[in-house]
Amino acid sequence: MTEQLDAGVVARQIKEGDLLGGPGGGREVGRARRRKEDARLVTGRTQWTDNIQLPGMLYVAFLRSPMAHARITRVDTSAARTQPGVVAVYSGQDFAAEQGSLPCAWPVSEDIVIPDHPPMAVTEVRYVGEAVACVVATDRYKAADALDAIEIDYEPLDAVTDMTAALDEGSPKVHEAGNKAFTWKFAQGDIDAAFRDAAVVIDRTYVQQRLIPSAMEPRAVVAQTDGDSFTLHSATQIPHVLRVMLALTTGIPEHKLRVIAPDVGGGFGSKLQVTAEEVLCLLITRRLGKPVKWTESRSEGNLTVHHGRDQLQRISVAADADGRIRGVKVDLLADMGAYLMLVTPGVPLLGAFMYSGIYKMDAYDFTCTGVFTTKMPTDAYRGAGRPEATFAIERAVDELAAELGMDPIELRRRNWIRHSEFPYTTICGLTYDSGNYEAATDRALALFGYDKLRAEQADRRERDDPVQLGIGVSTYTEMCGLAPSRVLGSLAYGAGGWEHAGVRVLPTGKVEVVTGTSPHGQGHETAWSQIVADALGVPFEDVAVIHGDTSSSHKGMDTYGSRSLVVGGVAVVQACEKVKENAKQVAAHLLEASPDDIEFSRGEFRVRGTGASRTIQEIALATFAAHNLPDGFEPRLDADATFDPDNFSFPHGTHLCAVEVDTETGATKIRSYVAVDDVGSVVNPLIVEGQVHGGIAQGIAQALFEEAVHDADGNLLTTTMADYLLPSAADLPDYTTDRTETPATTNPLGVKGVGEAGTIASTPAVVNAIVDALRPRGVQDVAMPCTPERVWRVLDQAGTAPRAGAQTTEGGPA
Amino acid sequence: MIPASFDYVRPSSLDEALETLHDQGEEAKVLAGGQSLLPLLRLRLAYPGTLVDLGRVEELRGVADRGDHVLIGAMTTHYDVVTSPIVREHCPLVALATATVADPAVRHRGTLGGSLAHADPAGDLPAVARALDMEFVARSAGGERVIPAADFFLDYLETALDPGEILTGIRVPKLGPGWGFHYEKFHRTAQAWAIVGVAAAVRRSNGAIEEARVALTNMGATPVRATGVEESVRGAELGANGALRAAASRADEDTEPPADLHARPDYRRHLARVLTHRALLAAAGTG
Repeated sequence: MTEQLDAGVVARQIKEGDLLGGPGGGREVGRARRRKEDARLVTGRTQWTDNIQLPGMLYVAFLRSPMAHARITRVDTSAARTQPGVVAVYSGQDFAAEQGSLPCAWPVSEDIVIPDHPPMAVTEVRYVGEAVACVVATDRYKAADALDAIEIDYEPLDAVTDMTAALDEGSPKVHEAGNKAFTWKFAQGDIDAAFRDAAVVIDRTYVQQRLIPSAMEPRAVVAQTDGDSFTLHSATQIPHVLRVMLALTTGIPEHKLRVIAPDVGGGFGSKLQVTAEEVLCLLITRRLGKPVKWTESRSEGNLTVHHGRDQLQRISVAADADGRIRGVKVDLLADMGAYLMLVTPGVPLLGAFMYSGIYKMDAYDFTCTGVFTTKMPTDAYRGAGRPEATFAIERAVDELAAELGMDPIELRRRNWIRHSEFPYTTICGLTYDSGNYEAATDRALALFGYDKLRAEQADRRERDDPVQLGIGVSTYTEMCGLAPSRVLGSLAYGAGGWEHAGVRVLPTGKVEVVTGTSPHGQGHETAWSQIVADALGVPFEDVAVIHGDTSSSHKGMDTYGSRSLVVGGVAVVQACEKVKENAKQVAAHLLEASPDDIEFSRGEFRVRGTGASRTIQEIALATFAAHNLPDGFEPRLDADATFDPDNFSFPHGTHLCAVEVDTETGATKIRSYVAVDDVGSVVNPLIVEGQVHGGIAQGIAQALFEEAVHDADGNLLTTTMADYLLPSAADLPDYTTDRTETPATTNPLGVKGVGEAGTIASTPAVVNAIVDALRPRGVQDVAMPCTPERVWRVLDQAGTAPRAGAQTTEGGPA
Repeated sequence: MIPASFDYVRPSSLDEALETLHDQGEEAKVLAGGQSLLPLLRLRLAYPGTLVDLGRVEELRGVADRGDHVLIGAMTTHYDVVTSPIVREHCPLVALATATVADPAVRHRGTLGGSLAHADPAGDLPAVARALDMEFVARSAGGERVIPAADFFLDYLETALDPGEILTGIRVPKLGPGWGFHYEKFHRTAQAWAIVGVAAAVRRSNGAIEEARVALTNMGATPVRATGVEESVRGAELGANGALRAAASRADEDTEPPADLHARPDYRRHLARVLTHRALLAAAGTG
């Protein structure tokens, strides 16, 4: 804090109700409104999927494979069937004829291998946790007890746990077609020329460890049928996509299937999926004609919620002696796990265009190989591809600065796209519409007290202090607002990226907004209300938002990829414009004026140059009564809009992190963290602040804490939160956050999206800081998560760890 | 996860609890604050036939000053231990270490007796019990006996308590004037178990360390006394950092540290030495 004051600036304090300004000087947009949905979410007085109780409901428990790879040789469910309370026991064989294959919507290349993915394994299991049987019972305890009575014999097959080894000629195969899922290449410019005669080449390999998404609400499914049609409640991010996919998978006609995502407690990508459990619960309810429920336990979730990251990244950067970057080469191995799920192969592609970051260069070359292993499939996890890309380029740029003996900020200045150069088409072919890297970086440096921390670092080095200080820089950008449908099509994605909104004006002038995005904690109800309040001039409190039920919000592409506001919010704006146009017709008629003479401001339609006016509420009632409307006018103000963006949006920012590293123990402590983000115009600064805080925490978690660990046989060792470490507030520092605002030019709100920014930015900032602290001791990298033991071992191997007492050679298990 | 079914009894007196334990034999398991046992049940790593919940046995709660020692009821919660004026005055090491146990929610439910009887060598309090030579008061239908800390911890999650016995209280000897204390805990997150912990008590006299007691958390199947350190540090001058460091370098003697996801044995040995040095410095420097 002292340093912030010294720097002459104080981070912006956001208070309830603050009006910080926004596009068009709106009264609600830009205001730090407290979220209207929070009272019910926080108190639990709402409908979470697991809260749902239906008459005659049965409970499903799944038996899961204890082996990473095996042939199923015998299944005997007879003993389980006789257990108390058991209604049915099924194995994969029972569903074989009807269960279909879980969908992969992103066949990224011509050569892609998409293996059959039965929701319940029939003949072979390919990861620990794969469902092999299930019990349906009258309560969840009886269902769990009866699992023990199911007998399954397995003939073990070789596990495949290492991506590099999996590509060897003689490796055991996960699928008959081999372990390579696909190869995807992308190149621009003359990469050979860029590397030829380059004064300096940085060549590094980074490991993106496997992560386990840990939403606060576990997955849960309730399926029911009236004998004709089906309703599926699921804790999902994607009720609309899920409905289409389930219809295609199960053969239940789409119009006979309603999917509801009630309030959903977090997802981070993990609920962007069509899961085995969703399909199987539908099939079970179809067989039994009774409602069924399944809720996962945390340990079950660690095994079987789709995992994230897990890439091996080789990145090479060629530069001139003055630091100008000439080209970047990336060779990526991406662990698919055992199957390709909804967007598994597409995740690394979402990063493919981001390895050039915010930098100008002459050439770029990217190759990604998707690899099958006998592990839980990977898929989208907060940032999906972009955190990986940002980590690699931001780590490599810091390495380049070290190699050149240059300040990492100065190196970035020499390479980044200048504010005056926007819009700028990058080497990867993306057109960044707007940005101001100079402003965000200057602000961050001032808040951080950069020079002072550098001086302290030099002092600690000089004194050979056991606690060293490191400073990490991350100047990130990301492509958000997924996505222009044409671009998705060109990348072979199976759907579009548009979004839908409907705005209904009720007789009393209250407004219902139907949105196709599906919130799971983001605060859509608040943000959409602010947008509508400004657009229609109605009070914030008069707006309700309807979402997450395919029967009431019939059309949508759901929530992921920082798309809700950038795509869905714009659809709301467009629908409001149509509503206003309708209302203007009525107003003109009632005021006996020409529609061209009607002005609209703050909820009032006024005849230009006169005092005569009608409020939108009056017009709503008049439209409802329909006694006196223009000839041929349909009695409605309501309107729908579907928005398909022309471009992605490109939030950016500068994150600076100072880490103290205790070289005696390897412990790291984040001393200060400054984030200056530019997410364009802001609808609600409080929500933005929350997203940034949570995002930074999640990125720090990858840098320091989280890692899914498997043994050589493919068993997941981190099945509980005692072993898979999630940081809590007690383990995280205070963040100093601020924003610069460079509005997006590609949408009327000027917004860019904020859901993933913190996660994308923070991981490299933290690791860069740790490496920066230890570089004088010969350290070039610390693998993530940078645990105390890893830091100590790296120092130990570099021969620079301080010794406490006797040398020891005992190593223990690797 | 969902535990397997079990019977549940909640006696309101110690005698009633002992009677139930006696009747049920080895099938019964005593439930104290539930912070260790309930996770084991939910993960189906324990299948007791009957849970005997001591939550309503009021006579097992509370802290009493008994002259030469402090008696802490086995069912006294960590929170009540940490906030007890008697504990803070006479056994500050217990208060220091207990304050590092997990998080506030756990400290409001978990109990001193429960965590000692659970005998997890990664728990913080078993090492403190060894360092302070606490005594364990155990009752059975047959009567009462007192078990010294040195004889209490037999193996991983195994104590000298018989199946029919209930730990009723813990006697913490008062160490008298001149002692300084410290508990040095090294863990990855606030809620995680110690990778290594060091409980240190140091008696200072005339600018030197006259006596030291050092016990280690998570350096073997049971909490261990670092007797080599205790011997070496005796007589060291308080300002003699080198002597303390040399003594601390013996911290891992005769230990068999475990290997797990958070640390391999050689790293634990290293930590034990570094942390013991820090613990000695802190204990020697505090009043």
